[in-house]
Amino acid sequence: MSQPTNAIAVEGLTKRFGETTAIEDLSFTVEGGELFGLLGPNGAGKSTLINILCTLLGPTEGTARVNGHDVTSETGAVRDSLGIVFQEPAIDEELTGAENLAFHARMYGTRKAEREQRIPEVLDLVELAEVADDPVESYSGGMQRRLEIGRGLMHEPEVLFLDEPTTGLDARTRRDTWEYIERLNEESGVSIVITTHYMDEADFLCERVAVMDQGEVVAIDSPAELKASLGGDVLALGLTDGREELFERLEAQPWVREYTATEDGVAVTMAQGEQRVADLVRLADDAGATIESVDLQKPSLAKVFLSLTGSTITEREAGDREEDHAEATDSDPATDRPTEAAGATEATEAPEAVE
Amino acid sequence: MKLIAPLGIYGLWLRDVKRFLRTPSQIVGSLVFPLMFLVFLGFGFSGAAIPGLPEGIDYLQYLVPGIMGFTMLLGASFAGLAILSDQDVGFLKEILVAPVSRTSIVLGRIAGGSTTAIVQAVLVFLLSIPLGFEIAGWLSIPLAAIFLALIAITFVGFGIALASQFSDSEGFSLIVQFIIFPLFFLSGAIYPIEGLPVAVQYLALANPLTYGVDGLRAALVGSSSFPLLVDFVALVISSVVMVALGAYLFERVEAV
Repeated sequence: MSQPTNAIAVEGLTKRFGETTAIEDLSFTVEGGELFGLLGPNGAGKSTLINILCTLLGPTEGTARVNGHDVTSETGAVRDSLGIVFQEPAIDEELTGAENLAFHARMYGTRKAEREQRIPEVLDLVELAEVADDPVESYSGGMQRRLEIGRGLMHEPEVLFLDEPTTGLDARTRRDTWEYIERLNEESGVSIVITTHYMDEADFLCERVAVMDQGEVVAIDSPAELKASLGGDVLALGLTDGREELFERLEAQPWVREYTATEDGVAVTMAQGEQRVADLVRLADDAGATIESVDLQKPSLAKVFLSLTGSTITEREAGDREEDHAEATDSDPATDRPTEAAGATEATEAPEAVE
Repeated sequence: MKLIAPLGIYGLWLRDVKRFLRTPSQIVGSLVFPLMFLVFLGFGFSGAAIPGLPEGIDYLQYLVPGIMGFTMLLGASFAGLAILSDQDVGFLKEILVAPVSRTSIVLGRIAGGSTTAIVQAVLVFLLSIPLGFEIAGWLSIPLAAIFLALIAITFVGFGIALASQFSDSEGFSLIVQFIIFPLFFLSGAIYPIEGLPVAVQYLALANPLTYGVDGLRAALVGSSSFPLLVDFVALVISSVVMVALGAYLFERVEAV
């Protein structure tokens, strides 16, 4: 399904909820068939972006297109082109798996003949054929997620949104879900946009990642390129003496990209650190330094995030929660996702994205 | 998006009906209140001189259409609650993100809520027969069906309009108690409104249920306060108003 149109094209997109700016001047594109990740802490604006792209919220400024259709003026076409799995479960637990799919198909105007063909297909695809006629409340968390993913694919959308698809799943189910999503993207060719605050998830799954922080995209590239931008692996040596001599020797090595003195030794940046451990230890010996510890740090998306934003994702989330809490008390204490929801009550004047 | 999506409306209706049929406890539970009123009031006041009661009409005969109207109110409040519980469990998003207009969603929910409310009222009617209720004639059934449908549309529409103003089911349930009972007592369901103080009578005249109960009574018992046509026209107007209001307010519900 590699069409000439981009799966998603966002330009200058801004969303404000009253005083708060949830996303600011976003621009990026996702190509057809791509497995694309929006990575960032909770509160970075990922869910707001997804809600705009699936027409549940209207943008304050800028444009967004899904499969070439504008989210404000071509709502119907946008909704037809996309499938979505929300962060929170959105299934009717009293209905069976097959009934949930049938309900969805009717809402998307799928006629009976096509429904009867499509439902078993989707159930096979998500490996739920055997429990098709059991009520969803008897499904495990992973099964429910699979049903939702299958449902998102029922009407054969061009783009599938997965909003935090593995939050709340155990490690084993997460792994299975990842593999599942990857296979789906390869086999059906559907473009997949996933939001996540798990670095490992983005690293494992996504061909390209947009790193989001406080409503902005701070970097956008493949996980490998993003990690390479850190300059390589870091070998940290704990030393007791002979530092200066070692520094002189490091200067002379072509494979050393950079080195910095640390509190208890030195941190050396290089490519393929695991192959250089022996060299570095030998250098330290020659310099008469006493090595107390060796630590090889491979670049990770977590480090990328840290170098781009100056804080770790956990620090960001902790900070945001405090802010959110302060906002929530003067607006709407009933909501548990204040960044998005607290503003929503004030957002009635924003252009509406219905019909 | 077309304003009216028949398949989507059908899907919403079917879902409500399936959920209703699958929870027998809810069906039984929804009948307990109306039947208690029917039995205790019916027998308690049987033979009592109730001011304004039409000549030659037994109190049970008078009461059954009123209790059916009450049952419809309860059914309609369930329909409003269903929207909010969908919101609580997240299912509302699945509905709102589908390529179906908000008007169609409201129509689908009214269809579903009305069907289940009518089924409950019919069950109350059937259970009143062994208690001694007699219908006026065979024409009663289709005529009563029309009135039940109009009452259902009016109040389910009202329930949806009201629910759209709440963000959680608890607040809604609380408020509904304060709305159902005044509507019920001010409708001529259990005593003729002619016996009420004049100012209160005006309130009753503004209550669509008054015409609903009166119409049902005309159809089933053959006795009514207003001409049948007045009841019919009043209910058609209230149905149209409530559907429009429900669609208008639901249009503005924030999805997230």
